[in-house]
Amino acid sequence: MPAFAFSEANQAEVARIRARYPADRQASAVLPLLHLAQAQHGGWLPRAALDHVADLLGMPRIRVYEVASFYDMFNTEPTGRVQVRVCTTTPCWLCGSDEVVAAARETLGIEVGETTLDGRFFLREFECLGACANAPVMWIDDDFYEDLDGPKARAILEAVKRGEQPVPGPQSGRRGSEPLGGPTTLLRTGE
Amino acid sequence: MPKLTIDGQTIEVPPGSTVLQACEAAGREIPVFCYHPRLNIAGNCRMCLVELEKSPKPIASCAMPAADGMVIHTDTPVVHKARRGVLELLLINHPLDCPICDQGGECDLQDLTLFYGPDHSRFAENKRPVADKDLGPLISTHMTRCIHCTRCIRFLNEVAGVEELGACARGEHMEITTWIEAALTSELQGNIIDLCPVGALNSKPYEYRARTWELKKTESVDVLDALGCNIRVDSRGNEVMRVLPRLNEAINEEWISDKTRFAYDGLRRRRLDVPMVKRDGKLREASWSEALRAAAERLAGTGPERVAAVVGDLADLESMLLLKELMAALGSPHLDCRQDGAKLGIGPRASWLFNPTIAGIEQADVCLLVGCDPRSEAPVLNARLRKRWRQGGFRVGRIGPPRDLTYPVEELGAGPQTLQEVVGGGIAFAQALRDARAPLVVVGSGAVARPDGAAVLALAASLPVQREAWNGFAVLHRAASRVGGLELGILPGPGGRDVAGILHGVEAGEIEVVYLLGADEIEASRLRGAFVIYQGHHGDRGAAAADIVLPGAAYTEKHATYVNTEGRPQRGKLAVFPPGEAKEDWRILRALHDALGLRSDVATLGDVRARIATLAPHLARIDEVTPANWEPLADAGAVDRAPFGYPFDDFYRTDSISRASAVMAECSRLARERRASEATGTHG
Repeated sequence: MPAFAFSEANQAEVARIRARYPADRQASAVLPLLHLAQAQHGGWLPRAALDHVADLLGMPRIRVYEVASFYDMFNTEPTGRVQVRVCTTTPCWLCGSDEVVAAARETLGIEVGETTLDGRFFLREFECLGACANAPVMWIDDDFYEDLDGPKARAILEAVKRGEQPVPGPQSGRRGSEPLGGPTTLLRTGE
Repeated sequence: MPKLTIDGQTIEVPPGSTVLQACEAAGREIPVFCYHPRLNIAGNCRMCLVELEKSPKPIASCAMPAADGMVIHTDTPVVHKARRGVLELLLINHPLDCPICDQGGECDLQDLTLFYGPDHSRFAENKRPVADKDLGPLISTHMTRCIHCTRCIRFLNEVAGVEELGACARGEHMEITTWIEAALTSELQGNIIDLCPVGALNSKPYEYRARTWELKKTESVDVLDALGCNIRVDSRGNEVMRVLPRLNEAINEEWISDKTRFAYDGLRRRRLDVPMVKRDGKLREASWSEALRAAAERLAGTGPERVAAVVGDLADLESMLLLKELMAALGSPHLDCRQDGAKLGIGPRASWLFNPTIAGIEQADVCLLVGCDPRSEAPVLNARLRKRWRQGGFRVGRIGPPRDLTYPVEELGAGPQTLQEVVGGGIAFAQALRDARAPLVVVGSGAVARPDGAAVLALAASLPVQREAWNGFAVLHRAASRVGGLELGILPGPGGRDVAGILHGVEAGEIEVVYLLGADEIEASRLRGAFVIYQGHHGDRGAAAADIVLPGAAYTEKHATYVNTEGRPQRGKLAVFPPGEAKEDWRILRALHDALGLRSDVATLGDVRARIATLAPHLARIDEVTPANWEPLADAGAVDRAPFGYPFDDFYRTDSISRASAVMAECSRLARERRASEATGTHG
């Protein structure tokens, strides 16, 4: 089994993360360390990385396997380099996430749960991403794209495919999660 | 003390109790799956829901602390509906393959569904498939049956201390797994079969062999270590089908080790089932009368000072007594029950007992292990030490080579020198022992089975572990027969030889006839010069050296008494009959008395037991520990520098039964491979 070790740059980060937790509570660092390991290892966690984190924190290995398999944010099998995740939980679904999924499947040419042949994109459905006010939502690597519909999702993915970095956030022109049709409260000022 | 009303009955429970415990105290049975009184509370099966007045929803009684003034109802329409709902949900993904399931007939899910469950399912969709896991040679899995109670995970984490099972993934996809497919390594893993409330975890050797209701259940005791764990032997016809633990809070709680549970297939292999006499250099079948006559002629025709006897590790009290009487009648002093050469039995009774008792471990606050590896010598006792450690405020030190015991141990040193330092008060741990309220010193049988064993024992006994109503000096034996032998005085008489002396005597031509009562742990090859009579049940090391074989009964095949390491006499019972022409051991020795023309006034097993009761009244008080008075031991000379060793490198194969077991052989092979890969660093 190939070995895993944190890169030199990440080792400093590991030390910084571990310093946040008391010596007898080092297991608390498991989530940030797994995120770090996953980022370093191209978007997924091989068993060597899980074992390395377990040994580093003095945890039984099965406890780290449990954590890594519990959270969908961790991939324990190889995936495409760019992670495309579409939320399909009820609010997003009501607001049209089916269209977004269809757009992603067509644009990338793969089914949900698959990786493109060139190993670049990985598409999956995701449970609630916690941005329901801006449904439907698509999460590409570290960025949320919100207020989507089919054509908007397609445009974003095409841009990513071209190597561009579309502006993340709501695609409807509003700021953050302010009401879609303009303000509805605090309309009168100065009284 | 919180006072609750349960179904109209007022009851007071100790602080810290749960509602479930309060209900049980009130005589109400609450159905459960995930709750287990010896494990942490998980609260995930929801089967224990009861109604709490002024609570909008039913509460999980296993996880709810009992509080003053609570009004609980356990028998209302709300509770019945809740239970029915929980069972319907649990059964949604359960395969309902009870007719082919090993758990059928003793399944909690089956029983509770019968009493509380729905009569049909409304779930028409496909059930959830789950791949079976390979957990090694002992446990078979049918993971579609799993209801995710997590008892197995909690047992391995908490009691066994080997964290290998986990719940991976989440929600509907959750699976109980090792993740990386590998055999479990705990020597207590078999207990998760009993803990599993459904048929997800089953005994692999027993799988599909029998239905529970066809089995005859015999309550007995285990002899494969010196704890005398209480067991139930399940048999069908004349075959032992499985061995299960029996509750005994004083000894094994409700756990047994894997050797106790799975070595029974060794009872069917390599058995001595017919008397044999060596003719023309080969053992040939003979009749009982021929074999007994040949043995008697040889014994009678040899000078008593040239006859010796060695008692093995699995011998029962009754046959040991008759052998002792036989040797006394012949006039030979060469008799020993300490196959390993342990220097025990010289001092007072308290010097060879586990005086604080096994349950007493939970009172101790500091523990010193002297040349003792409880995990391989008595895994269930090790679980008790771990239990004490988990309660907090327990310091464990060790003199001897490091081995993982599943709890932290302070390594003090490797040999008797360190023991001297502790006695001398030279190191910090000595102070801890002196200051302790209930200090415990556990001397392993390996620590006294060496030339300076008596000195080691005297040193350990001089440690300050005596308190008012507390004797913290404990000897952990590893042979089921040993304490019984020492109590009966199966020891060299005046001018008699011990085991080493007997072996020397054979080599020097001074001992001509050696009687082995199931003695398999001596170097049998050194007996070549002697005429060897072997009485026992397995064709193991002792029988290989024999000139006459008298086939005896294994522990499941006789009514017999054993004294455990605490000095607690317990009765094993006959579950199946000895194979072929083999006989209960006391009968063989009784017949040998006759063949020798010796007068013996015992005719029945009751007579033998009456004799034991006269000689040693405390051995007739079955299941009771008679405390021994403490006397300081006489100084026994100097210790040498050699570090302590442990008797077992291979926990799974330690006696003639487990050596004959194919299941134990497989476990042993896996353990060896694991050690080898750990040593070369290629694991993981």
